[in-house]
Amino acid sequence: MSTEMPEPASKIELKPGVGGGGEIPTFNITLRVRRYLPEASSDAYWEDFQLTMYGTDRVLDALHKVKWEHDGSLSFRRSCAHGICGSDAMRINGRNRLACKTLLKDLDTSKPITVEAIKGLPLEKDLIVDMEPFFQSYREIMPFLISKGHEPTKERYQSAEDRERFDDTTKCILCAACTSSCPVFWTDGQYFGPAAIVNAHRFIFDSRDDAGDMRLEILNDKEGVWRCRTTFNCSEACPRGIQVTKAIAEVKQAILSRTV
Amino acid sequence: MSVNIAAPRSQRLDPKYVRGPKSRGNFEMLAWLFMRLSGVVLVVLIFGHLFANLMTGTGINALSFGFVAGKWANPVWQFWDLALLWLSMLHGTNGVRTIINDYAEKHATRAWLKGILYVATIFIVVLGSLVIFTFDPCVAGSDLAQCR
Repeated sequence: MSTEMPEPASKIELKPGVGGGGEIPTFNITLRVRRYLPEASSDAYWEDFQLTMYGTDRVLDALHKVKWEHDGSLSFRRSCAHGICGSDAMRINGRNRLACKTLLKDLDTSKPITVEAIKGLPLEKDLIVDMEPFFQSYREIMPFLISKGHEPTKERYQSAEDRERFDDTTKCILCAACTSSCPVFWTDGQYFGPAAIVNAHRFIFDSRDDAGDMRLEILNDKEGVWRCRTTFNCSEACPRGIQVTKAIAEVKQAILSRTV
Repeated sequence: MSVNIAAPRSQRLDPKYVRGPKSRGNFEMLAWLFMRLSGVVLVVLIFGHLFANLMTGTGINALSFGFVAGKWANPVWQFWDLALLWLSMLHGTNGVRTIINDYAEKHATRAWLKGILYVATIFIVVLGSLVIFTFDPCVAGSDLAQCR
């Protein structure tokens, strides 16, 4: 009696010698990294690295190659490396993006690829910034469910339409790409910033939440939604494609219709 | 080497990043609303003004001291120009106030620039309103028909 099972449908037979990294095109790039080593010097400077990378590589892979094979002192944050944890937001060729979602082949490899830390937050080392001001704004808008009355014994029901109302703003991964692309935030860091407003929007428009009024009151501040100048930098920077400026406009309208 | 870590939820926040005190009232919201409403009204007022001055009669050649005197003899134009003056001055002042808030980094710079801005605005609005209401076409040496 044979116990052999049929092959799974996904398995593809490869001819010997085919497959592996050899077939992916390789190219040479210059990675220009903004270095800042506070223990060595108080000045930041640009450092170039010549690397041979594959067509499937991302900017994060280039940073890994530098750290693991060229210069171990290069410092940057990354955790999942798959666009979910939100650790590796940085300015790549002058635009805020996630290093783990930016393929090298999509960038102009004939010129040096510049990589810097995100702006507007205190720089700590190389590509690492202090995220505390960012998270402080986030905490201030109370990013958690607040409900009145008794706890239900089952789950809190919500219709598909009510869920759809705030679906876009649930996608935020708190990478700070939006807040650190906002020119108003760059000035003095007092503005709540797009990320805090997006996460307030997520609860303000949630039918299960009862503290929308409280959050609107917090954002009806001179550093709240009224400091938004609709430059759309945040919507352009968001690696999750959230319509950030639209969410801010909806919060503005909610404050207006509540008072007027 | 030991490091002291504050107990969880001990309300310890880094004092480096303290936000300024919360603003009271709805001033920023009203300013935002005013910019939008006055903008719409100003479009009508400005194009009405340009049309009356440049497109009717003999156009730009008709503009003179006498033309302005003739317009301000009519209370409709008095009101029109007064609304134009007030709305455009407040609209512009609020715009510049916003720019100062965004670009001035020190509190002292911000306060000084805004102080100068408000003084200039009040001066122009008061002077302009006075001229519209107390305008006398018969200044010394006037050769207008009604002054003779």
